Amino acid sequence: MKNLLKHAAAIAALSVLLSACGKSKQAATDESAAPAAAPAGKEQVVNVYNWSDYIDPEVIKGFEQATGIKVRYDVFDSNEVLETKLLTGNSGYDVVVPSAYFLQRQVQAGVFAPLDKSQLPGLANIDPDLAARAARHDPGNEHSVVYMWGTTGIGFDRAKVKAIMPDAPVDSWKLIFDPALLAKFKDCGVSMLDDPTDMVGTALLYLGKDPNSEAEADLKAAEDALMKIRPYIRTIHSSQYIDQLANGELCIVVGYSGDVLQARDRAEEAGKPLDIGYSIPKEGALMWFDTLAIPADAAHKDAAHKFIEYLLQPAVAAKNSDFVNYANANKAATPLVNADLRNDANIYPTPAVAARLQPSLAKSAEFTRALNRTWTRFVTGR
Amino acid sequence: MKALLKRAGLQGRSVVAAVPYLWLLLFFLIPFVIVLKISFSSSLIAMPPYEPLLHWTGEKVLQIKLNLGNFAFLVEDNLYWKAYLNSIWVASVSTFFCLLLGYPIAYAIARSNPSARNILMLLIVLPFWTSFLLRVYAWIGILKNNGLLNNFLIWIGAIDQPIQMLQTDFAVYVGIVYSYLPFMILPLYANLEKMDLTLLEAAADLGCKPWQGFLKVTLPLSLPGVRAGCLLVFIPAVGEFVIPSLLGDPGMLMIGKVLWTEFFNNRDWPVASAVAIVLLLFLVIPMMYFQRAQDAEAGGVHR
Repeated sequence: MKNLLKHAAAIAALSVLLSACGKSKQAATDESAAPAAAPAGKEQVVNVYNWSDYIDPEVIKGFEQATGIKVRYDVFDSNEVLETKLLTGNSGYDVVVPSAYFLQRQVQAGVFAPLDKSQLPGLANIDPDLAARAARHDPGNEHSVVYMWGTTGIGFDRAKVKAIMPDAPVDSWKLIFDPALLAKFKDCGVSMLDDPTDMVGTALLYLGKDPNSEAEADLKAAEDALMKIRPYIRTIHSSQYIDQLANGELCIVVGYSGDVLQARDRAEEAGKPLDIGYSIPKEGALMWFDTLAIPADAAHKDAAHKFIEYLLQPAVAAKNSDFVNYANANKAATPLVNADLRNDANIYPTPAVAARLQPSLAKSAEFTRALNRTWTRFVTGR
Repeated sequence: MKALLKRAGLQGRSVVAAVPYLWLLLFFLIPFVIVLKISFSSSLIAMPPYEPLLHWTGEKVLQIKLNLGNFAFLVEDNLYWKAYLNSIWVASVSTFFCLLLGYPIAYAIARSNPSARNILMLLIVLPFWTSFLLRVYAWIGILKNNGLLNNFLIWIGAIDQPIQMLQTDFAVYVGIVYSYLPFMILPLYANLEKMDLTLLEAAADLGCKPWQGFLKVTLPLSLPGVRAGCLLVFIPAVGEFVIPSLLGDPGMLMIGKVLWTEFFNNRDWPVASAVAIVLLLFLVIPMMYFQRAQDAEAGGVHR
């Protein structure tokens, strides 16, 4: 998810593909033979806009083969970019994947069409507990289905952390927010998400306050806590840390659960395996949902429902989870998910851990401005 | 027919002259007016996320609501001033280094063998065949801790620990100077290549040493090229967003980033528009003043 670097790599790969023009032409003729199975006449399409690296490409092929509907797939790497397209109107997309706290406000702005649940029998597979948590963002789950979910916790390079401090408290936010502790890891490399909602919320969790508080005093307290550790943070970015962690350029990151595991996978793929761990600290962590929704002005609503229904199939949901390293909300899919992932309590938390997870709710416009102003002060405040 | 057109004032020449005006109208003036309009609005949770400026209330009453608060806001919070000033500083330093590198390059090309010039110019323009974004990404590979440059320096034994170059101001300057150098070289080359070399001979005949000839003849004559090159580098560098966000320290405050935050994170299109309008004024007013002063000067010389 949230991965600009991978995106650019995709552009590079694309230009290589284009230069191998003869080859791609052949592929095109192969492709044109395939839709013969689909009903003659107008070719059906569905325009999907999803996070980068957030689906198994096999799943798209499977959907096209099963339904004859062609998928035009596009990717983004920040909620803000998606939101701006949606608020401008006529985005041209039929299925989009906003995070729930963005969806919450977008629903208020009238961006989404209500789902036709009669077309989505697969909704029965959704974990009722997660659906209830998601309903705090979208009352009654009228406009959205949870696609994947995860947490914002601590990712770390076990060997490097151990070399500096054998008994480092990797299971506590103290590691991040205690300046004396974090200072030890400054030269090893510390990265933080460029996400004010998550980071201020996390600071509030560490301080034992409500992560969704809009009180001025709480925001100030969070800012003070963040400012104290600012000198020890090298990068503040929401996706670059995946590659940097995989390359061994970082020691400790505050990151998204699945992304940290992707860093581990990438290090393995590169032939330099690293022991990268992820923990949900004992003080609790923010949990977030990425949801599937249909814009009100979507041109292909039927195809969009079919696409969502396909993603709700347990086998498909499991396949996607295996690929992206995030938990899906599909209860029926859990036994089909790769055992390593399914048994990882940091990805599929035990009920005791799940109880410590808090939502990150949408904030008022005034608070958002104050929050972003705080964040700018923090980011620029060396 | 011709007479008719002539009477209507539509001669071939005026049609041709109208094309750039039409272009400016469509792609500059109209978007500018739209941005100006949004800058006087207030934000709202809706599609689009701002209040309409014009409002029909009841019968035959057109209500116009202008919100000047967005501009007042920019003055109240020192964030914006700091960001504007820092952007201008970064752009100035980058322009200076572009000039420092670009002038000798343009000079060398302009004075080289005519048959070699085309190849040399091609080499200057060649990087444009690769996407700008990819070229900036390539710098990540060069500057990062286990990147090309650090590994090379370690290999030759100059350093034994990698130097943190990526995510520093240094990386941003490298990125901007690298990306915009051709925009400095091209106008300088065009200017230097046209120069009448007999002027230098005359200077030499009158006793000028080569370096004096350069300072007294070549440099003053090339000033229009210097000015064009500097503007072509300075203007886009002030609003630069991609290079600082990919190569820079996250703490580097630039107006492009502030504009992004207003537009995407705060979802406040009106304030974002106000930031853009003020940035435009910052750039256009001094430039117009500059241009006018220069025109007056040029006029004086000719008369």
